[in-house]
This record gives sequence, C-alpha cells and structure tokens, in this order.
Amino acid sequence: MPPPTAAAPQPSPALPPVAPRTVKDRVLRVTRRLGLTGRGGVILGPYAWLVLFFFIPFLIVLKISVAEPAVGIPPFTKLIEWVDGGLDVHIRFSGFQALFDDDLYLLAYLNSLKIAFVSTLCCLFIGYPMAYAIATAPEKRRGPLLMLIILPFWTSFLIRVYAWMSILKDEGLLNNLLLSLGIIHEPLKILYTDLAVYIGITYSYLPFMILPLYATLEKMDHTLLEAAADLGARPWKSFLTITLPLSLPGIVAGSLLVFIPAVGEFVIPSLLGGSDTLMIGRELWNLFFNSRDWPSASAVAIALLAFLVGPIMIFQHFQGRDQDKGAA
Amino acid sequence: MSDAPDPRPRPAATGPIGKSPAVKSPAVKFEPWHDPAAKPYIRIEKVTKRFGDFTAVDNVSLSIYRGEFFSLLGGSGSGKTTLLRMLAGFEQPTEGRIFIDGVDMAGIPPYDRPVNMMFQSYALFPHMTVENNVAFGLRQDGVPKDEIRTRVAEMLELVKLTPFAKRKPHQLSGGQRQRVALARSLVKKPKLLLLDEPLGALDKRLREQTQFELVNIQEKLGVTFVVVTHDQEEAMTMSTRIAVMDHGAIAQVGTPTEIYEYPNSRFTAEFIGSVNMFEGNIVESEPDHSLIRSAEAGCDLYVTHAAHLAAGSHCWVAIRPEKVSITKEKPAEADGGRNVTRGVVREIAYLGDISIYQIDLASGKRVRATAPNVTRRTELPITWDDEVWLSWRPFAGVVLTD
Repeated sequence: MPPPTAAAPQPSPALPPVAPRTVKDRVLRVTRRLGLTGRGGVILGPYAWLVLFFFIPFLIVLKISVAEPAVGIPPFTKLIEWVDGGLDVHIRFSGFQALFDDDLYLLAYLNSLKIAFVSTLCCLFIGYPMAYAIATAPEKRRGPLLMLIILPFWTSFLIRVYAWMSILKDEGLLNNLLLSLGIIHEPLKILYTDLAVYIGITYSYLPFMILPLYATLEKMDHTLLEAAADLGARPWKSFLTITLPLSLPGIVAGSLLVFIPAVGEFVIPSLLGGSDTLMIGRELWNLFFNSRDWPSASAVAIALLAFLVGPIMIFQHFQGRDQDKGAA
Repeated sequence: MSDAPDPRPRPAATGPIGKSPAVKSPAVKFEPWHDPAAKPYIRIEKVTKRFGDFTAVDNVSLSIYRGEFFSLLGGSGSGKTTLLRMLAGFEQPTEGRIFIDGVDMAGIPPYDRPVNMMFQSYALFPHMTVENNVAFGLRQDGVPKDEIRTRVAEMLELVKLTPFAKRKPHQLSGGQRQRVALARSLVKKPKLLLLDEPLGALDKRLREQTQFELVNIQEKLGVTFVVVTHDQEEAMTMSTRIAVMDHGAIAQVGTPTEIYEYPNSRFTAEFIGSVNMFEGNIVESEPDHSLIRSAEAGCDLYVTHAAHLAAGSHCWVAIRPEKVSITKEKPAEADGGRNVTRGVVREIAYLGDISIYQIDLASGKRVRATAPNVTRRTELPITWDDEVWLSWRPFAGVVLTD
C-alpha cells in the first residue's frame, strides 16, 4: 500500500528553512517507507487471522490432497523426503483421480448442489415474508421479533436437529397430529428421506436468510413506496418494481449464507437423511474417518472449495455494487 | 377586506421576485374565490385527523380553485403536511370529507387518485435512471412505449435535464434531483400537483431561482398546485392564496397581500414577517375609524377601519416595522398627538438595502422600525442612543382581539 501522504509537496526552496525534524517525525517517516501506517495496522489483524486460520490450513489440506494414503501416523506419504542425499518431491494425483473414476463423487456433488439450491429457495420464500413483516412492524416490536428469529441459537444446533427427528419420525409429533386430525390414516415416512433433509436445512439456516434480508428491507425508504403508489402503481406492482429490486443485495447475501454451508452440510443429512441421501459432506466424512483415505478426502474438500468460489465471487460482486450505491 | 386599496406597494418580504405581470396578465384578474359561480376544484369539508390522542388536523374547511398556486403555510406540527397527505390519499380523514373535482375521495387509494405528489425527500427510485424514474408513472398506466419516450423526453426538456437522462439519482446534484422529482410528478399531466416543501432542500440562491421556474411551469401547464411550506417568503412569492395553519387549524386564508396587510389574528400577524403589537383599550369604535388608548405605545392609536368592538374592550394594534417612520424632529403632520410617540434608539442593524432600528419607548416597549437606505451615506443620520420620534399613518395599524 503506498503511503497516503506521498502526494504531500516537498517544501520549496523559496520557503524559510523548516524546523529540524523531531524523533517522532523520523519514526513516522521510516514506518511510512515500510508501508506501515495506522490504517495498515488496523487491517493487519483480520489479515493475520485469515492467514493463520484459513490460508495455512488450506495449504495443509492441499498438501495432503497430493499425497498417497499410507499406513501410519499421519496416514499419508510425505511431500518432501530426503532420499539418498537428494530431495524427493512426491506429488500424486490419485486422490483427485478417484473423484473422476467413481461417479459417486460427481453424483454427491450434484445432489449436494441440488439440496442446497432447493433449501435456499425454501429459505427465501419463507424468510422474505418474515423479514418483510419484521421490517414493516412498528419500531418497538421489531426488537422482540428479531429476538425470536435469533432465539433458536440459544440451543445447540445438534439438539435442534435431534428434536426434528422426534417430530418427523413415524410415531412422532407430526404424524400423531395428522393421524388424530384424521387427515392421514397411515403414518407418513418423512424421517430418513430427502424431505427430512430439506426440512432440517431450511429450518436450521432460515435465520441466516432472514437477518440480511431484514437489514436491507429495514433501511429501505418507505416514501419510495408512497411515491410508487402516487404514480399509479398498485401494491403488488410497487413490490415487484421497487421493493424487490432494492432488496436484491439482501437476497444475494442471504442466499449465499444459506447455500454455501448447505452444500457441505454433514450433520443434517447424517441424522435426518436416509442411507441413500447422497451429500458430499457425508462422503467426505466417510473417506476421512471410515476409509482413512486422507488424500482423497482432501481432494474432495479442495474440489468442493473450487465449486463454491464461484458463488462467493458473485456475492463479492454484488456487495461491491451495494457499496457503490451506499456511497451516494 | 380584500377590496380595500393597497396603501403601499407589495410588502418588502416579497423580495425582488414577485409574480411578474408578464406571467399573469394584470388585465384578467385571477380571483375565482371571489366569483360565487366558480366551482372549487378541491373542497375540504370539516376535515379532522387524529393520531391516537393527538389531533393533527382540526376541523379544516377549504376550497381551492382550478389553476391556483395554493400554499399551506405553518410551523412544524401545524398539520399542513398531514392535510397534504390526506389529499394524496396516504392518510384517511378521521372526520369530514374531501372532494376533488366533485368526487368524494373517501376510500380511494393513492394509485386511483387524479393527483400526483412531489415529496420533500424527492423519493426518487435509486435503482432507476432519471429517464426510468420519469417514465415510471406512465408505465403503470400502460401508455404505449413510443408515447412514453416522447413524453419523458418532453418533460426532461422542460426541466432542462435531457443530458442527464441516463444518470442514476445519486449521480445528480440536489437541484437536479429536485427537477427529476418535479418532472416525474408532472409527466402524467395531473390536474392537481401536491408539493411537500418543494424547495426545502435547496440553498438560498437556487431556491429563489427555482421559485421562479416553479411558477412558470405551473402557468405553462395550467396545473393546480397545492404547496406545503414553512417558509413564509416562499409562500408569499409564489402563491395565489395562502392558508396559514396553526395547531391543526386554519388561522387565515387569503392572498399574500391580505395575509400580510390585514392579518386577522395576532398569530398570523406575528407568523408572517415581523410586527409591533401595542396592547390597549378601545376609546372610539366607529364604522370608518377606531381610536385605541395604549399606555404601552405612549399615545392614542388612530386606525382607519372599524374595530367592531365596544368601547373599553381590550385589544391589540399591529403595525408593521416598514410603516413606522423615524425622525429626529417632531413630525409636522402629527395629528393631536395620535400615532406619534417617542423613544431611544437601542440597536441598529444595517442590512445594506434597509436598516432595522430597535427603539425603546418610555413604557419599556421595544419597537422595531425599518427604513430604506435611500441615500448613500457612511454616517447614518440616526444613531445609537438618539432620541427619536416614531410616527405612522392612520391606515398602518390593524386592530386585533387576540
């Protein structure tokens, strides 16, 4: 980063001599030369965090993905080895090869994307009206309503998924209710199906959809809707032409916050899904802990990351656009 | 009252931008409110609006005629904006009825009213270009695309924004946004345009210029304007008539001259411009004149209009500062000590075109008098601590009861 003061003009010779520089000035000059400004210092924290807890672990996973499985601890071959007075670098693509050899992984990826996509749509269609209702509620009622959205986080995620098991099972709450109301005569098979996975993901990730949607809807200027009505737009038309486009950043943010973790979701398909519910998170777990094939598991993880970089870039793009507007 | 001759040229508060005679032909006087045959375009009948315990608009009745430039003038909380929002349909009256062009507006939503509004915040759609903002209203009505294009182009031409058609609102200056808002609200050719503080967000110079443009556009398109403003100068400059509002009620309705020269209450007199109020008691109340004895003024006040009050009644006499003349010598026309009093100059504010003098009377009452600086003098003829005579003509005062 160039020092921000680089544009400051040098004192011209016509001016009277400048007072001798103090120690503080000199220190500042040195730190500026090094690019160490106050602003840089503030940004350093998050950078250090990302390097330490994202980039370095990523490199480790990348390294494992190009190794071969081995019996021992750790259960993979070394990347660089000292053999006969020379360095041997072992790079094997057998982990990645497995991704293509067995169409199980491709199907698991596609199925994960499908489940994540459908769940995201469900979250959007359930979450948008909720976010809208909270954003347009009287101001003193918004706090408690938001509280209700966040309240489930007080309970462990795992316990909430277990709770869904007892709701959805054959003799569970839902089936008992429907049976006693006479709507159905035989219990519905929901638990251990894809439907249960959709319900579980939609339920668990709904707050991540509602919160960003609420944030964009809440700061929307209500007079814009009045202006639209004044110009002859019926309420539904005002929603489509004004509210919806202006809440697009919230829709994008919420959708990505749901979609990205849902693709790699492991706990929900394991507990609620059937044995045939194919999701990449589950396959990854199996490779890691059941087959102890760390290189293949790492390769799956790297490929998953590559799959998700696309949506993240879209997110970044929209966020950038939003900030442009905000600067106005 | 309005037929009374104008004793002086237009009040100083109007400033240099009066309604130019070129715009409104003086030959044909536009005063439909005096014509008993004229049908009001807007009829507001005993309208009251309450929000919980708070009465925002209190039993207001008004008639506004086609082609008027009508101002609702009042301080914040006077109910002027609520009244405007009821005309637009954003609020429903708690009591009373509103007719626009003879149709009862009860229950008619904003999108079905023959009315457009220009919002104080402009409320431009931030995600649309200037062009699309202006076209929005026409699209709602299913106007054919070609016609939309020509009408939007015409409108942008009118407000001189053609080069900015493709810009987004955040790429425009405040004045340009104001004109987009105006174009957007006019493009549907409404019979009635409501403007909420249309010039409020502009700086002084731009405001004066835009006042002119607004009046010109209004004349050109023949639209009826109802404007909400807290700026009395703005209201005086642009309006055919003004309704002064206070605490949800209408204090006075009249032309700018009527409101300024013949206020009907202490509130109106004090709200519009500045005024000297002398407290006193009626001595004589005749059809052609009134005489008020005021200890505060230090003289008897002779006023050439009927007070319609019994002798001895308590009242006030309002005299505008520009109608008070200051002299060092006792004025020759001093008529039996009436309308003449003495005081000491305490403050002088030199504004270039005029000077404002603050004079303390013997009673302790501070009087404000303004005088134009007709001659070019570095030394003011009257200076601090001078003993001066204050006098005014018999037509200057207005008798007010409360």
